[in-house]
Amino acid sequence: MRKYLLRSTALGYLLIILIGPLAMMIWRTLGDLDGAWAAITSHNTLLAFKLTLYVTAIAVPINTVFGVICGLVIVRSTFPGRGILNAFVDLPLALSPVIVGLSLVVLYGANGWFGFFGDHGIRILYAVPAIVLATVFVSLPFVAREVVPTLREIGDEQEQAARTLGASGWQTFWKITLPSIRWAVVYGVVLTAARCIGEFGAVLVVSGNVEGKTQTATLRVDDAYQFAYGNYAPAYGIALVLAAMAVLVLVAMTLVKPREEAA
Amino acid sequence: MSIIARNISKRFGDFTALDDVSLEVEGGSLTALLGPSGSGKSTLLRIIAGLETPDGGEIEISGQDATALRPQKRNVGFVFQHYAAFKHMTVRDNVAFGLTVRKRPRSEIRERVAELLRLVQLEAFADRYPAQLSGGQRQRMALARALAPDPHVLLLDEPFGALDARVRAELRDWLRRLHEEVHVTTIFVTHDQAEAMDVASQIAVMNHARVEQVGSPTELYDNPATEFVMSFVGDANRVGEAWVRPHELEIVNLPTDGAVEALIERITTYGFDARIELTPGEGEPLTIQLTRERLEQLEVEQGQIVWVQAAAERTFA
Repeated sequence: MRKYLLRSTALGYLLIILIGPLAMMIWRTLGDLDGAWAAITSHNTLLAFKLTLYVTAIAVPINTVFGVICGLVIVRSTFPGRGILNAFVDLPLALSPVIVGLSLVVLYGANGWFGFFGDHGIRILYAVPAIVLATVFVSLPFVAREVVPTLREIGDEQEQAARTLGASGWQTFWKITLPSIRWAVVYGVVLTAARCIGEFGAVLVVSGNVEGKTQTATLRVDDAYQFAYGNYAPAYGIALVLAAMAVLVLVAMTLVKPREEAA
Repeated sequence: MSIIARNISKRFGDFTALDDVSLEVEGGSLTALLGPSGSGKSTLLRIIAGLETPDGGEIEISGQDATALRPQKRNVGFVFQHYAAFKHMTVRDNVAFGLTVRKRPRSEIRERVAELLRLVQLEAFADRYPAQLSGGQRQRMALARALAPDPHVLLLDEPFGALDARVRAELRDWLRRLHEEVHVTTIFVTHDQAEAMDVASQIAVMNHARVEQVGSPTELYDNPATEFVMSFVGDANRVGEAWVRPHELEIVNLPTDGAVEALIERITTYGFDARIELTPGEGEPLTIQLTRERLEQLEVEQGQIVWVQAAAERTFA
């Protein structure tokens, strides 16, 4: 009896919190399929998706490399500052994205420490560079957070064995360490990508939200909703595409993962 | 391919792992580092391999100063207690690793790996992953992997510690035979004196960060240099200030000079051997080791009070 209670609680929770809103969104989209399709395929929406993918394509590799290096430093090195580093990596999870955005505005603004970029004609704020910076900031912890426990769990004996067998530090990393943590890295990349695609608050503050120029997909959804005037299909349609992208990434990962565990 | 450790010291915080330790290992020999846990034996092995850096002292491998060499330049094979198998590689790739990172020609690697898999009897398992092997098979794979690049020395850190008793005895025999075949200078660490006596031609007994004595198994048993060696290598009884091996104690019917009165607590027989455990009037409990035949001649039984005499005894300063 208790077994069923637990299951129905878990399922019911999912239904209300996750599936309900998604289903409603799909329902509304289907209600005006033509309107939704027109919104999705409009020039500025396509540009917004392009910008989102562009920013994601830059932020994910940066944070993957940083995350792996960070994980190695936190787990393997003995330098005294690694505890502080470990705590700082989590900062973007604790900070509200709006604060992240505002801090970037202050930093790169005319009177900020990095304001000299603007003096030399390099546009950071209200342009693509600021969107990339904000996205990198908010999606920073995910790879490191996945890699750290895995590195701890595998220990360093395999790495020591590789060293005694004649492998250099670089060879040990590529042939032993990285393959051992590859699923943690993949999982971290998926979470990072999902966060990059979905980021709203920080990007809203720093981007300027100019249609067709500095408007990402999430900002586009918000615009479509704010200026819906009773016609919500465009907003729901674009949102649905965004959700589908995230679901696709997750499904792709669950499809590849069990093959590894069976080996 | 000799190994010399000179005045090695190592501390971990407040703990002294090695205190001015020196050890010489002849080329081609099979040496055991024997001692209780925390005696520094694993640390010494890891320093020889370059996996730890000593606070002071020197390491010489094959006549060359290796103290400052990184582990990958020392040409040592190292076998870990928990195998340290590369989990994402097949048995074949594990064994080939030391050759692959040295960028040896493919045909050479293929031949060498096949030869080693034959040597450790894992030919049939070449395409499996370590997770699909038993503990004993994994450790044999680790040995083949360590031997593949033709190391100057082979170092084994409690290599059989994680295996069950039967597999352990098998691998022990097997290591001895392997050493006769391959003749690479070998040091292995163990806390099991029977294992050390069984496998090694030379044993270095370690205790409290120091080497207490180095010698052949018989030398250590017959002429222990310290009380610790006496009690750690082979069984020993303490009679007053003196130490006596269990087979050197005798039961006599009449009180003679130096004989001790004792109560027989237990008599156990094991195959050809028998043991009598006694409690003397004063002092620590005694164990006598004798043959079944001798036990039957004696006609003693549990609960009886007898006289015990030492045929030989040792005292240490």
